[in-house]
Amino acid sequence: MNVVRKIFGGDTRQLGMVLALVALIVFFQWKTGGLTLKPDNVNNIIQGNAYILVLAIGMVLVIIAGHIDLSVGSISAFVGIVVAIAIRDWGIPWPLGILLGLALGVLVGIWQGFWVARVGIPAFIVTLAGMLLFRGANQYVGQSTTVPVPTGFRVIGSGALPEVGPSTGYNNLTVLLGIVGCAAIVVGSLRSRTRLTKIGAHVEESWVMWTRLALICAAIMGAMMLIASGRRGFPVSGLILVVLVLVYGFVASKTILGRHIYAVGGNRHAAELSGVKSRAINFFVIANMSTLAALAGMMFVARSTASGPFDGVGWELDAIAAVFIGGAAVTGGVGTVVGSIVGGLVMAVLNNGLQLEGVGADKTQMIKGLVLLIAVAFDVYNKSQGKPSITALLLRNVRGGGGSDDGKAQAESHLDEQNPAEAETRSTSATVGEDR
Amino acid sequence: MSDDAPARTGKSSASGDVILEMRHITKEFPGVKALDEVDMVVRRGEIHAICGENGAGKSTLMKVLSGLYPLGSYEGEIHFEGELARFHTIRDSEHSGIVIIHQELALIPELSIAENIFLGNEQTHRGSIDWVTTRAKAAQLLERVGLHEDPTTRIKDIGVGKQQLVEIAKALSKDVRLLILDEPTAALNESDSQHLLEIMSGLRQDGVTCIMISHKLNEIEQISDAITIIRDGRTIETLRVHEDGVDENRIIRGMVGRDLGSRFPEHTPDIGEVFFEVKDWRVQHPVRADRLVCKDASFFVRRGEIVGFAGLMGAGRTELMRSVFGRSYGNLLGGTIVKDGQELRLGHVRDAIDAGLAYVTEDRKSLGLNLLDDIKTTTVSAKLSRITEGLVVNEALEFRYAEQYRKELRTKTPDVEEGVAKLSGGNQQKVVLAKWLFTEPDLLILDEPTRGIDVGAKFEIYGIIQRLASEGKGVIVVSSELPELLGLSDRIYTICEGEITGCLDKGEANQESLMRLMTTTTNGRSETPAAS
Repeated sequence: MNVVRKIFGGDTRQLGMVLALVALIVFFQWKTGGLTLKPDNVNNIIQGNAYILVLAIGMVLVIIAGHIDLSVGSISAFVGIVVAIAIRDWGIPWPLGILLGLALGVLVGIWQGFWVARVGIPAFIVTLAGMLLFRGANQYVGQSTTVPVPTGFRVIGSGALPEVGPSTGYNNLTVLLGIVGCAAIVVGSLRSRTRLTKIGAHVEESWVMWTRLALICAAIMGAMMLIASGRRGFPVSGLILVVLVLVYGFVASKTILGRHIYAVGGNRHAAELSGVKSRAINFFVIANMSTLAALAGMMFVARSTASGPFDGVGWELDAIAAVFIGGAAVTGGVGTVVGSIVGGLVMAVLNNGLQLEGVGADKTQMIKGLVLLIAVAFDVYNKSQGKPSITALLLRNVRGGGGSDDGKAQAESHLDEQNPAEAETRSTSATVGEDR
Repeated sequence: MSDDAPARTGKSSASGDVILEMRHITKEFPGVKALDEVDMVVRRGEIHAICGENGAGKSTLMKVLSGLYPLGSYEGEIHFEGELARFHTIRDSEHSGIVIIHQELALIPELSIAENIFLGNEQTHRGSIDWVTTRAKAAQLLERVGLHEDPTTRIKDIGVGKQQLVEIAKALSKDVRLLILDEPTAALNESDSQHLLEIMSGLRQDGVTCIMISHKLNEIEQISDAITIIRDGRTIETLRVHEDGVDENRIIRGMVGRDLGSRFPEHTPDIGEVFFEVKDWRVQHPVRADRLVCKDASFFVRRGEIVGFAGLMGAGRTELMRSVFGRSYGNLLGGTIVKDGQELRLGHVRDAIDAGLAYVTEDRKSLGLNLLDDIKTTTVSAKLSRITEGLVVNEALEFRYAEQYRKELRTKTPDVEEGVAKLSGGNQQKVVLAKWLFTEPDLLILDEPTRGIDVGAKFEIYGIIQRLASEGKGVIVVSSELPELLGLSDRIYTICEGEITGCLDKGEANQESLMRLMTTTTNGRSETPAAS
């Protein structure tokens, strides 16, 4: 177990989730007699969940900053219908339609961000209102009808990497994608290791790094070769997702913006007294969420070939569940992009496996609910035990890992158990500066 | 019962009926002895004041008495009404007739006066609340405390002075025999304070015994019958006002008379010229527009100078500093900041940081740190631009700076990846200092820099402060601990109720002179802002 810890980093939660994901896959692979890891099914899982995972990326930032967004499903539906109608009735070309959709997402985001950041209404309320508002707007604009989208548009939902180059029996672009990805990870790890060594920071033993890299690359190449051996290449929606994970993971962990999001969620007053403009941060996370919701809505419409009045119902809850399974804290300040993706994949594989097994939607929902509860309970239990939870170095080094920090998760539990001596000094000293 | 009889008879024969006797109360927190063999005797029907500096142990003693710290969590005995008291919870002490009114009022703003008075003690009739009785009884109680308000008025619609009276009415509704008031007039203006004191003497006539914790020595002198002085968790003395001929100076001497020793590192100040000046700084309370928290405050800082700010709690020290620091508190009504000959307009904390100001908050945990962060993230958090290329954080630089400050300040930690929540108070404070030193400030404002820190770490932090001054930075130290200010500062301003009431050089300042200026309310003669 210690070796496993070393390789994957010490975060029991994230390690637990990765192991749970692997176990789920293995379990369903056995239970369904090999159906789960058939190339077509893998593609299916990716395409069928990419839009939820896109939402989870935005949602984790919202939740890290200490908010919640309930409006994403409705916004997705609203943007979907407007884009579908614009393409069908106004005759604009579909690429322009996508840009229109994103622009609309930004506008919606500005609207919601204004109420949250400027007026100071809790995001829960603003987005609850948005949920109703944009659901209604979807049905008003589309007059509760279903509007089809053209074939070209469908690429972002159900497209796949095309066949190019010599016939190898595999989809060449998919294999290439895997190779490039592995190379990038290896090079990135080596470079950061060199830099750390240079400044005299503590670095792990080299066998740990190499074992981890080997495992990650094997997983990536395994998945890519599997997909490449099927009828179609890697899905375009999956590609969009990968790009977003890389970009947002980077933003969250390596940029000033990301640092400020964690700071506002961790302790808003302290952040403000350190010069962080918390309003701007709140505005960003909310507006960004709506924009990603617009993208997710279009990806869904593209896959289901038409936009309808009940698109996106309940998506916000799937996204929120993914984020919490992925290790975020309700109180804010904690969470990672990659963790949320893993959380989302756990739900996706579970859903898919149960479907393949012919389990009804009723039982599936019950099982998913319990999984969410157990995952978070596991986390709470671990924290109450005061176990160290050093976020997976693994995930940090793949550049997708969010601003994972050694103390983050378990510092929370420390907040509760106040040292009585400190409580004493605090109560004898009225903090007058606090706003009430 | 039998073992305490001699002592009791001895005292009561000499001086009337004793209602409360606390004997050898010792209360320890991890690493701190908050109370050390404290003794206190309160006679029936008197107003008994407890005096002492912040952190002397007054509130701890009252928490022991009220059962907030349950029996067994402290050593010593409490005898109340001649019986050994065994309070496990606040309910137990209230049952015996001891009621404590905390400085932070425990009223629910959205509920009515009557509902608040009987909260937890609801007047019921066959299981449902009897509103008629509730209101009638509330009206009687309000009459008793001289509050002429309809019992159905909501708490949030009455001022804090009246709220204080509602608290007293609430205590009376519980058939109180010993009423403890923690800083009852701290948040009140002069006339409300006077009214409250009158109510208290009225209660005294009704036979209710009061214990009052207060910093306002003039009020103590005016109303109390006995004064117990606590210093460093020990009882220093109990003064009988009518017998001992007590005045404010006498109380101050009791409160502060302690040996300074060599609690401060050697330091020879090298003071340059004035480089930072605040003029006529006027700030309004963020919520209550009728309250000014800074009244035309003016002060200046020279290069290499350590300037102390002394004031009682709630005097407006923190408010002044936070307001200067990028308007992070209250509404600015007027005033100018001049630094190096240029007027500064600081609309946001960011501007203040960029202008070379740094502010270390008094409330480390809730305002100074993100407890989820590790040391290195915290160290760089106030000036990320120093370690970014474009918008991207250079983690190698982050690590290097964090290491540099860890070594400079000698923060005790295995490495800079350690979470700040795991550090001791002293080391947390060093991390906060590192965070602000990282911004390369010219003026460092330290608000209670050694609060909740043990003696050894204090010494180190004093050393750091002095070193910064020697480097030519200006340092402002706000502190409730007068010995600390006297040991550290080259010059000390005093603040009282938002006004700067004095400025003393190191040579002329002592605890008595400071305490006098800190407690000089200029109410009534506010047109002469006593700048000595």
